[in-house]
Amino acid sequence: MPDLEIFRTETRAWLEENCPPEMRKPMNRETDACWGGRNWVFQSEDQKLWLERMAAKGWTAPSWPKQYGGAGLSRAEDKILQQEMKRIGARPALLSFGIWMLGPALLKFGTEEQKMRYLPEICRGEIRWCQGYSEPNAGSDLASLATKCEDKNGHFLVNGSKVWTSYADEADWIFCLVRTDNTGKKHHGISFILFDMQSEGVSTKPIKLISGRSPFCETFFENVKVPKENLVGERDKGWSIAKYLLTHEREMIGDSGNLKPVAQMVAEMGIEPDAALQAKITKLSIDEWAFAQTMNRMLAEAKAGASLGAKSSMMKYYGTELNKRRYEVMMDAAGMDGLEWESERSNDGQLARQWLRTKGNSIEGGTSEIQLNIIAKHILELPGT
Amino acid sequence: MGLLLTDDEKMLQESAEGFFVDKAPVSKLRALRDERDANGYSKELWAEMAEMGFTGVLVPEEHGGFDMGFMAAGLIAEQMGRNLSSSPFLSTSVLASTALKHAGGEHAAKLLPELVRGDVTIALAVDEGRKHNPDDIQMMASPSGNGFKLNGKKAVVVDGHVADQIIVAAGTENGLTLFVVPANAAGLETERTIMVDSRNAARMVFEDVAVTGEQVLGEVGRGAEILTAALNAGRAVLAAEMLGASAQVFEATNEYLKERKQFGKIIGEFQALQHRLAHLYCELELARTAVLSALTALDENPKSAGPFVSMAKAKLGAVAKLAALEAVQLHGGMGMTDELDIGLYLKRIRVAQELLGDADFHVAQIIK
Repeated sequence: MPDLEIFRTETRAWLEENCPPEMRKPMNRETDACWGGRNWVFQSEDQKLWLERMAAKGWTAPSWPKQYGGAGLSRAEDKILQQEMKRIGARPALLSFGIWMLGPALLKFGTEEQKMRYLPEICRGEIRWCQGYSEPNAGSDLASLATKCEDKNGHFLVNGSKVWTSYADEADWIFCLVRTDNTGKKHHGISFILFDMQSEGVSTKPIKLISGRSPFCETFFENVKVPKENLVGERDKGWSIAKYLLTHEREMIGDSGNLKPVAQMVAEMGIEPDAALQAKITKLSIDEWAFAQTMNRMLAEAKAGASLGAKSSMMKYYGTELNKRRYEVMMDAAGMDGLEWESERSNDGQLARQWLRTKGNSIEGGTSEIQLNIIAKHILELPGT
Repeated sequence: MGLLLTDDEKMLQESAEGFFVDKAPVSKLRALRDERDANGYSKELWAEMAEMGFTGVLVPEEHGGFDMGFMAAGLIAEQMGRNLSSSPFLSTSVLASTALKHAGGEHAAKLLPELVRGDVTIALAVDEGRKHNPDDIQMMASPSGNGFKLNGKKAVVVDGHVADQIIVAAGTENGLTLFVVPANAAGLETERTIMVDSRNAARMVFEDVAVTGEQVLGEVGRGAEILTAALNAGRAVLAAEMLGASAQVFEATNEYLKERKQFGKIIGEFQALQHRLAHLYCELELARTAVLSALTALDENPKSAGPFVSMAKAKLGAVAKLAALEAVQLHGGMGMTDELDIGLYLKRIRVAQELLGDADFHVAQIIK
């Protein structure tokens, strides 16, 4: 039997044995997803058990090297693991900005000491991270960020504020872009630092969205002391880390490869489409299919050695715009039922809230317009203004 | 799984690219149009395509062909799309070739080797009205003596006026039947229709055209299955041609935006134009994936490829149109002139959109 098939058989058996039944049910409420961290209250014993087992196996970050808490899986093995989890409807054991965002940056830019300190506890779900990027005056123009970081010999001193910080009010630590030099061009003088959200001088204020939820915060820093060893990469050269992470984030946001097709979601809502709706759904299905296959093609090309580069902007742009279209069709399908906001029947307006939330997809992580700028500049090689 | 080209496929792509740029660039189509060429294609080119092995790309080796599969046929068609190369490739090497191969028997044994050598051109006569609709064939084959008599009309028969043989779909008592009819059969009248894209098409009137049982392709009443196989092959390969044409106008437009100056600036600096072209770029990437996936599906499992082919033809119907329209608009007044090639692409793409089913037709196919 080829190695991959052995891996599949073993994975299947392990999941059957170790994934608690409760963790095989669809996630309906926000607390169904486990984000971990110092303050996490496990929703059930099974949720805790599932995280512990998966972490012990290295499968919360399957592709990371073993010494940092991962399992060192190849891309193909990782894919098999995802397929096998999907097969039994297993929930992800851990959702984590540490795994999705900070980890890849540390693996590439961090010192050995930083990797050993932060990565294993990220994998175990013991620490929850948030991302301090955008500022009130630095949104699309991120590189104009102004949060001040001064060198006070023994430590850094941070003053300023961030906005759109996801779950800042629940996070333990922040990875943050700060300005260490403002004498040169705006892309120079940015540094990438890490600090504890419990540090003195840090405060957060949730932002309520049109969906009625508050995943985002404003975050304020007033004379926050940060140890110098918490600088990642070179001082003043954090922009390259920021860009690397943004590219990574774009691929992630754009990746609708795992999303349920609209046709299936409409069917699960118990709706029998009339001809007009059916035509709409089918047209959208073609784009869902073509986009998912394009993601596969790009990943295959990347694996064959071609760098994804600015194509991640294409994924982000098309994927998020597509997701907005998906929810518009879903709202068309649901009609007035989809507009209910508070009721058990509507799971407290789940569809309406999701629909509203998707409007942010093409704004966060770089707006659609910014992605189109990147494509125009780097792929079409059109002159800049 | 076919989303990345193999080394062999890349080699084929390169040789097809060089061949059509060299032998059949857009200027040749212009010449055929301006000289009102009676054939609408160059027989010399067709002979050279036979030498290259393009004519027999889908023909099994036992019939002297190269059996390279649909991906290969698509790669060739893509380059023809880039150059608007006019030839009987779609009618003969894809539609007829697939029908003959699928049916097998005497006709395949006789015609396929000739087809590979470029010695015969064959047209497929299916549609009868303004829209592609193979489920609504009115032409009848009524029993007459030991054979049949064909009565009815056909429209949009690609290469109909230059074909040596016509494969025609007609209703028989127990279903659809395909017949192989020589172009000079008594009672068959062919009118060449000059189309907007300057490519070949014809209308045909069959009046008591007598055919024998030997002229049946496959079996009586079993034509639908053969026809579906042929049409799906044609749709996927045509989608590949549309991809080539779209990519070409996209690139031409991209270059134009880097050259043209207004307000003292290269117009490609204007964000309004940048965003339109960047969006088109994304759509073209999806279109390419759709074509590759459909061709792969045909190569791997032709019986279940139908929905993939329809998705690709529908997607290309929309994206090729967008590419052509954006190209005209972004070229400004120049895009409206006959001097530039953009208009020729717009015209070909519009015909290809309709041919073998437009986006609405294929969306309906998927729902069915």
